[in-house]
Amino acid sequence: MTRKQKRLSVIAGGLVFLGAATGLTFYALGQKASYFYMPADLTTASVQPGQRIRLGGLVEKGTIQRGQGATVGFSVTDTHKSVKVTYTGILPDLFREEQGVITEGTFGPDGVFVADSVLAKHDERYMPKEVADGLKAKGVWQESKSE
Amino acid sequence: MVETGHFALVLAFALSLVQTVVPLLGARLNNQRLMAVGGPVAVTGFALTALSFAALASAYASSDFSVASVWENSHSLQPLIYKITGTWGNHEGSMLLWVLILTFFGALVAAFGSNLPATLRANVLAVQGAIGAAFFLFILATSNPFIRLNPAPIEGRDLNPILQDLGLAIHPPFLYLGYVGFSICFSFSVAALIEGRIDASWARWVRPWTLVAWMFLTGGIAMGSYWAYYELGWGGFWFWDPVENASFMPWLAGTALLHSAIVMEKRSALKIWTLLLAILTFSLSLLGTFLVRSGVLTSVHAFATDPTRGVFILCILTLFIGGSLALFALRASRLTTGGLFHPISREGALVLNNLFLTTATATVLVGTLYPLAVEAFSADKISVGAPFFNLTFGPLMVPLLLVVPFGPLLAWKRGDVFAVAQRLMVAFAAALLATLVTALFLDGASVFAALGVGLAVWLILGALTDLAVKSGFRTVATGVMVRRLLGLPRSVFGTAFAHLGLGLTTLGIVGTLCFGTEKILSMHAGETVELSGHTLRFVGLYPAQGPNYAEDRGRFELIGVSGSPVGEISSAKRFYPVRQMTTTESGIRTIGFSQLYISLGDEGKDGSVVVRLWWKPLVTLIWGGGLMMMAGAAMSLMDRRLRVGAPSRRRKQASALPSATLP
Repeated sequence: MTRKQKRLSVIAGGLVFLGAATGLTFYALGQKASYFYMPADLTTASVQPGQRIRLGGLVEKGTIQRGQGATVGFSVTDTHKSVKVTYTGILPDLFREEQGVITEGTFGPDGVFVADSVLAKHDERYMPKEVADGLKAKGVWQESKSE
Repeated sequence: MVETGHFALVLAFALSLVQTVVPLLGARLNNQRLMAVGGPVAVTGFALTALSFAALASAYASSDFSVASVWENSHSLQPLIYKITGTWGNHEGSMLLWVLILTFFGALVAAFGSNLPATLRANVLAVQGAIGAAFFLFILATSNPFIRLNPAPIEGRDLNPILQDLGLAIHPPFLYLGYVGFSICFSFSVAALIEGRIDASWARWVRPWTLVAWMFLTGGIAMGSYWAYYELGWGGFWFWDPVENASFMPWLAGTALLHSAIVMEKRSALKIWTLLLAILTFSLSLLGTFLVRSGVLTSVHAFATDPTRGVFILCILTLFIGGSLALFALRASRLTTGGLFHPISREGALVLNNLFLTTATATVLVGTLYPLAVEAFSADKISVGAPFFNLTFGPLMVPLLLVVPFGPLLAWKRGDVFAVAQRLMVAFAAALLATLVTALFLDGASVFAALGVGLAVWLILGALTDLAVKSGFRTVATGVMVRRLLGLPRSVFGTAFAHLGLGLTTLGIVGTLCFGTEKILSMHAGETVELSGHTLRFVGLYPAQGPNYAEDRGRFELIGVSGSPVGEISSAKRFYPVRQMTTTESGIRTIGFSQLYISLGDEGKDGSVVVRLWWKPLVTLIWGGGLMMMAGAAMSLMDRRLRVGAPSRRRKQASALPSATLP
């Protein structure tokens, strides 16, 4: 191989590598990104059982049920609709009734959302951004809630 | 004192403007006197910023609640250490720490840069001054920590309890030393572009600064990871949280820079690429600052957010990244390119390292910014988490880690892969053995787990092979070998230590992810539970009172083989009344390199408590490997070529060699 051919083959190798990495990245974005929904969005969006999503809203008052062991049930609401969620594990320290929460998981065949992670606000002045934006969009945002 | 600090900050801003304009003008007009202004101004600017920072810290230490920032983030009952670290446990104070470190590095260039060409030094200080000016203005305009309250409140609102931890004393300062340390590399690059030439002193200067910044960034990330691990009570060491990514991207790019700077220093090749990498690395640091400080992301690091701040930082970001890249586009063609080399060589290996690391940086960047882009252009909100990064970052890292042991053993210019492979036979055989043993004899080991263990062993032994080969192990007498080993350049040890650390971290990650076990259950006092061969008894919940919190401490006894307790672990739920906030203090017991980790949950109506337990095999190696990498960087810095303390010898060497590169 001449010097030029050698250099070209190195460049070609690099480009193939970059192409493969780009392809993989976009494939992964399509497959692994999880969408955020509020309960009312679920009537229009088609979410398959088993598809991984994030569900956000407020923890509905009076719905927190501690069953046997470490499984907890509660409802997430955007004041229009609410969705039943179950979660096995330790709830975050800031998990409270009528406070913003984001849960991540999949819908079971019975329509109950099985969460494997629950994220609450990080501090008392702060609401998960997605939840705040979603509540504003649905016109149920009150400034007092952000306090 | 507070007003003095405020005034010093304004003066420091004014001086940073002087530092930007005067030396730049001097370099342009080739006026020595104007150029000489840069040094003293940089040092004075640092002194003023330090004064300003000290004023804020003393306001925090003395709980001066007439200062709004102190009132919002401190409390008179807090232990003194958290009062002081609270100085940077909030947006305003942390930005002040940022500029403090920035001016500190500028002052270092001024102090140690006497052997730099005068125009280069002036231009570097000017660029450094410009970055400083932008951030001083940002602080004064949108995030002033010295704003007073009238009337002064009697009591403060307390520091976020999550931050009331020793981690706050180490994690942000180290992280900022890393982030901001790269500003020196950036300033050197932009200065080189302004001058339109890269001289040899450029290469000599960029590498040690990269090493310093990289060392601190490594420590900052490792500390942040360990802090999150024990403080948040989720038992994870890395969450692929956008803010973590924000610090990880400069680390990846900085690692690439570290390696390409070696090529530049030794072989004066890859000059333009190194220059671009230096710009990109600091740009990613700025991007990280923007992502964390602007509140565009949901994260533990997002303090109370204010949209004007985001816009301001975005402007700074656009100015510096756009400006430097535009300058690069204009000037890069003028720079002389370096020599060519054979693909199979040390240089070639380092280029391969750069290819993988920059691509990995790009995937992390895409994964971090994609949700923001989607949200900006559509109504959808998505999140990109661990599954994405496992699928993209993972496959990029594995081949890179596989070839790491080859790199340091290849010769410069033209290497021989087969000879190197022969030398690595022992390491390879051991890695294969480790893989087989894991697969056959460890319960529950998946194929991935076995290969992961093999990879880690390969990295660790590969690093040791490097030292063994270079000291002539088994080819010379033991005495000669030891003498040779001790006589090796420190940078050889640096490389070996850093690669060894990489192997240890890999081993820790594989051990924790593949062999860790976990249980969630609700326990009554007196009950026992078994986890991976360890028996724990829940003794009960005991209330206690701390300085500014009340806690319920769950005590557990570790039961030994004989049935009697051999140790105690306790985890607590703490309630901080000022912020009406509860935190979980995890209980951790280190056994060898592994840890038992207990996190306390809510109390049930019947008096039982939800408990989450983890057995995390080899988990401490994750951070131990990080410390090892830092030790490697420190070793490299002590190399005679780079040592700051040995200027006379260096000058002597320089004068002895007519072709030497120092001015």
